[in-house]
Amino acid sequence: MFSSTTPVATAVPAQPTSKSTLLSIRNVAKTFGRNVVLRDISLDIAEGEFLTILGESGSGKTTLLRIIAGFESATSGEVWMGSERLDHHPPYRRRVNTVFQNYALFPHLTVEQNVGYGLRVAKRPEAEIAQRVSDALEKVQMTAHARKKPSKISGGQQQRVALARALVNRPRLLLLDEPLSALDANLRRQMQVELKSLQREVGITFVFVTHDQEEAMVMSDRIALLRSGELEQVATPREIYSRPATAYVAQFIGHTNLLRAEIRDGIARCGELSWRTPLADGPALFSLRPEQMRLAGGESAPGLSRVRGRVVHQAFHGATELIRVQCADGLVLVVRAPGGSVGQNDVELEFSGSDAILVRESPERN
Amino acid sequence: MFSRAYRTVVTAPPLVWVTIFLLVPYALMFCYSFWSVSSLQTIVHSWNFENYRELIEKPLYWETLLRSMWIAARVMLFSLALGYPLAYFLSFYAGKRKDLLYQLVIIPLWVSYLVRAYAWKTILGSDGVLNTLLQYLHLTSHPLDFLLYSPFAVVLTLTHIYTPFTILPIYAALEHIPRNLVEASHDLGATPAQTFWRVIFPLSIPGVVAGATFAFVLSLGDFLAPLLLGGPSGIMISNIVVSLFGAAYNWPLGAAISLGMLVIVVSLLFVSERLEKKWSFA
Amino acid sequence: MSGTSHVSRPRWLLVHAVAVFAFLYLPIAVLIVYSFNGQGVGGFPPHHLTLDWYRTLFADGAIWDSVWNSLQVAFAAMAISLAFGIPAGLALDRAQFPGKALFRRLVLLPLILPGIITGLSLLMLFNLSNTKLSLLTIVLGHGTALISVATTEVFAGLQKLDRAQEEASLDLGANYWQTFWRVTMPNLKLPIIGAALLIFTLSMDEIAVSFFLIGRDNTLPLEIWGRLRRGITPEINAVSTIIFLFSMVTIVVWYRLRVRAEGGAEVGAELVQTE
Repeated sequence: MFSSTTPVATAVPAQPTSKSTLLSIRNVAKTFGRNVVLRDISLDIAEGEFLTILGESGSGKTTLLRIIAGFESATSGEVWMGSERLDHHPPYRRRVNTVFQNYALFPHLTVEQNVGYGLRVAKRPEAEIAQRVSDALEKVQMTAHARKKPSKISGGQQQRVALARALVNRPRLLLLDEPLSALDANLRRQMQVELKSLQREVGITFVFVTHDQEEAMVMSDRIALLRSGELEQVATPREIYSRPATAYVAQFIGHTNLLRAEIRDGIARCGELSWRTPLADGPALFSLRPEQMRLAGGESAPGLSRVRGRVVHQAFHGATELIRVQCADGLVLVVRAPGGSVGQNDVELEFSGSDAILVRESPERN
Repeated sequence: MFSRAYRTVVTAPPLVWVTIFLLVPYALMFCYSFWSVSSLQTIVHSWNFENYRELIEKPLYWETLLRSMWIAARVMLFSLALGYPLAYFLSFYAGKRKDLLYQLVIIPLWVSYLVRAYAWKTILGSDGVLNTLLQYLHLTSHPLDFLLYSPFAVVLTLTHIYTPFTILPIYAALEHIPRNLVEASHDLGATPAQTFWRVIFPLSIPGVVAGATFAFVLSLGDFLAPLLLGGPSGIMISNIVVSLFGAAYNWPLGAAISLGMLVIVVSLLFVSERLEKKWSFA
Repeated sequence: MSGTSHVSRPRWLLVHAVAVFAFLYLPIAVLIVYSFNGQGVGGFPPHHLTLDWYRTLFADGAIWDSVWNSLQVAFAAMAISLAFGIPAGLALDRAQFPGKALFRRLVLLPLILPGIITGLSLLMLFNLSNTKLSLLTIVLGHGTALISVATTEVFAGLQKLDRAQEEASLDLGANYWQTFWRVTMPNLKLPIIGAALLIFTLSMDEIAVSFFLIGRDNTLPLEIWGRLRRGITPEINAVSTIIFLFSMVTIVVWYRLRVRAEGGAEVGAELVQTE
């Protein structure tokens, strides 16, 4: 069905370019009783990269993280760090640290003592501990609160302390389990930026788990999208957005129009829409992003396809409008137009056929 | 949200009852302690400090009090030593059987004191089960005397009775420790043993204090076990009080000792409450 | 999740747990076994199993009288404790008033105070008021001591109650009294029944306070106590076994009720807190 020249993105883990692999997850599967949570996950994580494991609740992302941390053991498969089997060690012997979802700060210890916990346990000299703790606190801007107990600081501040507590141990890998989900929107955006620059600064490999696709897009070097225990696609944010591999990926990340088309003699037809395509004949599923469609005016340029429709809904999103247009055959298209565009009732939309990306089906999975 | 009428209806009846049957009796006990007994075995309402002088001067009372405290302290320590690991096991390692095992812990808690004290009496006697068993197994050739009618028997029985009392609050405290703290500790490199001493134990201290207080205070005031199993060497302070209200007929002196015990207990409760507050981290 | 699923259970911990359970239950097991022993209370090994002691027990009039006395006392104590304990629980949970802390401590004090102090102080009250000692005085003693049980159970039940339910009721037009009867009380049904069961059992077994308030009629524990002073007979084993079985059943029922009401597993711990 697909020609060999088709630029279709695949779900094979894209190897990042110049860096070496730090963590290698090989064919990891996990079952709880009769519940299959992870199926055959293979993923290589490069040294120094910021990788996000993205997925809905129930996708298995937290389980995967916990397997890496050591709180769960895989039912089958292996986890390697460098040349060593990581999953043969209990969590307290791995050079991996975690920032927990609810921070898990020790309530009976001060901020300082929390941050220094790992170093004390490792019996480092007190002078070294004091130095490293104060450096870590400074990095997360919590120096002023060093003597306070966790109950006396805000959620955002607790999150920073949790971060410092993990980083001060200089782990080879830092795991972050939805650390920003308890914060309000503005604080969240701020922390996203801070986390990203912190990671650049310390150079430690971050594996970040979230269900928020915007967050993933903003922060990651690469995104691994997980659905029902399987990897849908692993790619950089730009690639995953512009070249989604499957219908699920296309819909999960950003908005899209999924067009079920029939290709004959180089023309793809979906209802009233039609456009040129070099693909072979047969049924095909396409993804077309709302911003790749435009409200047409006047003469149409060559190579662009057009379709008529009626506006059924318009949502103002500040910088843009998201307009839903219904075509004569009932197909509803979503179009992104500049903010302030007044949507008349009957409109004409135009787009370029080459912007329609072929995607694979995403069958229902339980 | 609640009107004055509601408040009155809800607080007045218990307050009245508690005043009549708790506060007034304590006040009366206070009064009695300043009265004395005439040679005709009647209580004379003449106010004096004689009873207190007697308590302070005669060594018998101090010695018995100290011995009682020592017995209570041992009961407390043994109950904690037995109870804490079990509570820890129940909270962290019991898995599916947690519910069932918990019930097994609370059943002895509420089953009759008398039944359990009696059980030990039959076991520890010179013809009792333990002695005859030991002889049957040829581990001993004659009955061991110290088993019964000794402080040992009292401590053993009271430990048996109060261990469940220590398990419960410790278990409750352990259950309240968020499990992600344990994981965080492991994540940061602490072994299970280090995690226990640095994280779990400190957070369980309020439960330990509550359980220890319970065991100590109730053991201190116990008079039944000494009567059944203590013998002459196992007399505790409450036994003296009992005899003062019985054959020795000196209610005022007995009231004085009781009042002293009340003061000691309330002070201990106060200290214990302070300690618990100090060690709770919400 | 117990947080330790990735750690294997230390062996010594399991051994210790088994040993402590054995310590708690073996004496009672011995008691039960020897209630069937023909040779009486001592001696090992037991042989000649018989139901004689139970037969003797059932024919023992004095024991039955004391059981009847205990039952009367237990039900009366239950009534008193609930009548005063439930309002006290409500007061502690809801009302704000000066001296609340003192009120709470006072109500809860008898739970942790050695019975002798409660018993003696009441004895002095009855003495000075020229009240004759009888089952009634025992009822008053039990009632006073066990109010705290009712209070704690009701309080615990109220804590688990979702305030939003009551607010919803008010929002839908019910006034405070209606809300109380239609929303609050039904949620307290299980804790109250649980408290009743517990009070009943504790009253039936109560001996320390009763010791000082007893008149002419004995309760069951005091009857047994009297016999113990005279000498041990296996009949006491028999009655102890029966007491144990009844208590056990009651406690298990109480536990199930509480778990159904709250779903939590630290049921009962609130009674052993000093705060």
